[in-house]
Amino acid sequence: MNDTAGSLIGVRFMRLGLLALAAGMLFGVIGGFQFLFPDFLRELLFTKTRPLHVSLVIAWIFLGAIGGIYLHLPRRCGLQLASARAATLHYWTFLVTGLVILACYLGGRFGGREYLEYPAILSVPIFLSWILFGANYFNTLRRCREPWPVYYWMWGTGIVFFLITFTEAYLWLVPFFRDNMVREIIVQWKSYGALTGSWNMLVYGTAIFVASRISEDPGVARSKLAYSLFFLGLFNLMFGWAHHTYLVPSATWIRTFAYAVSMTELLILGKILWDWRASLEEYQVHKYCNAYRFLFAADIWVFVNLVLALVISVPAFNLVTHGTHVTVAHAMGSTIGINTMILLGSVFYVIREELPQSVHASCSRYVAAGYWMANLSLAVFFAALIVAGLGRGLYSGPAFQDMMQSIRPALMVFSVSGITLMLGLWIVIWHAFRLLGLVLARNAVVAQPEAA
Amino acid sequence: MQRKYAGRTGADINNRAIFGAMCAAFAVYSAAVYTSGTDVPRLEPISDEARAGQLVFQKYNCIACHQFYGLGGYMGPDLTNVISNRGPALARAFIASGTATMPNLHLDDDEINALIAYLTFVDGTGRYPPENYEVKWYGTVSQADDPQ
Repeated sequence: MNDTAGSLIGVRFMRLGLLALAAGMLFGVIGGFQFLFPDFLRELLFTKTRPLHVSLVIAWIFLGAIGGIYLHLPRRCGLQLASARAATLHYWTFLVTGLVILACYLGGRFGGREYLEYPAILSVPIFLSWILFGANYFNTLRRCREPWPVYYWMWGTGIVFFLITFTEAYLWLVPFFRDNMVREIIVQWKSYGALTGSWNMLVYGTAIFVASRISEDPGVARSKLAYSLFFLGLFNLMFGWAHHTYLVPSATWIRTFAYAVSMTELLILGKILWDWRASLEEYQVHKYCNAYRFLFAADIWVFVNLVLALVISVPAFNLVTHGTHVTVAHAMGSTIGINTMILLGSVFYVIREELPQSVHASCSRYVAAGYWMANLSLAVFFAALIVAGLGRGLYSGPAFQDMMQSIRPALMVFSVSGITLMLGLWIVIWHAFRLLGLVLARNAVVAQPEAA
Repeated sequence: MQRKYAGRTGADINNRAIFGAMCAAFAVYSAAVYTSGTDVPRLEPISDEARAGQLVFQKYNCIACHQFYGLGGYMGPDLTNVISNRGPALARAFIASGTATMPNLHLDDDEINALIAYLTFVDGTGRYPPENYEVKWYGTVSQADDPQ
């Protein structure tokens, strides 16, 4: 047994993340139906449901990734967190700030910009909590006397670049940026692209960590290919954001450069996971049944999203897909298909390690049912969004409402599949939440340093 | 066998060097984006009223449903050129009364005036969807509105 307060805070982060995902899905379904029926829950306008949905799902990604890092790092190194108290303070800061933000949204108090719609002052505790997280992470890592596997690099980079890009996202408060609409919008999306890259660093690092642990092959995280992925990912994080702003009048070199950078990181990640799966023995697949199946799903979604990302990164195609539901398909495919599947793999890896005696920790048929329901629904959901997006992008008439009417069948499929997607994930979330509760109740986690 | 330097391997040191070089390149690149990449000399300076309108736009979270340059929510139409396409009077009527799909958010006259001023300012920044553009043979697009 190892440190309790330090590592168990990771379990608390994960459980809070699961709750955020469950609630975020609900607001997403409500928002989907408001697309079709604008009077649906009129008291809860789309201007509220959209930020509630987006913020809660992004909170899940951060909470799931942060929880995994707090948990995996000391367990793997056999060291306690540098400061269990700082981790606890981080948790409560995240929770209280998050609740205040949700209250602002429900009360209709906005003031920020898209994706960060809460009053700007609330960015201060968020920023400070990441300083706490970063200090704790690097202080813990400092005591690990060994060369860094690639996921250490990825987690550290994710933390540092979150702080940089989160700050950049608030440059609109400076008149030099705010007074030039083009500059403001370009810098806004530059920061959002890199912000997404920073959480991808946290999540992909988690994917490689879990993959190396399941395969019991530390080389997965120390190969040249793994480091190549990391640097390509970093290259994309820094320079690969401009496909969002191809149609904003900016210097041509910005979009040409971004086009060249493209999204090669997904290809490399897919190759690593593919190679890892091929190396697994039947025993390991069975032992880590749930973790394996979620990483398997993430692998499939990596390839699906790669194809879509490459298409929308070509400016000539971007002319049709930009500003349409194709972009939403890309976002949903990434956040649910890749990030959520990887993080659920991380959660079930922890459950299997901590509760080896529990049959539900290995291969529960309820989790399997939720898994299939969620993934099949996501496939339909994804396809419906692409059809709706192409319908919108290719529409040439003048009336916006006529266009919306023409894509209504696709939006109907999108909304209904959103319900089954939510129900499938709720089944998985319920089991994960309950089992993590059992881990918490034991009040201890197992230290498992990596084999040399 | 990798060489070790004070507990670190040669590969670790190489990684740190690559990381540092990339961070330096990122700093230079960001500075270029902030300045020459987004310097649009033909833009009219933003007025105080338009600046106030920007805050009104954020206060009511209009971007949840609308877009500028295709960026935003998709429940309502793109507003980049709503002033030149539909006219300020129609835009004012929509804001003041709402529509079948857009709620009346009960903005006061000052807020509506500021919002119209902001939308007028945005309208002058370019055209969306682009009207004058050229698709290059290798796939990129150049617009007439791009800063030269």
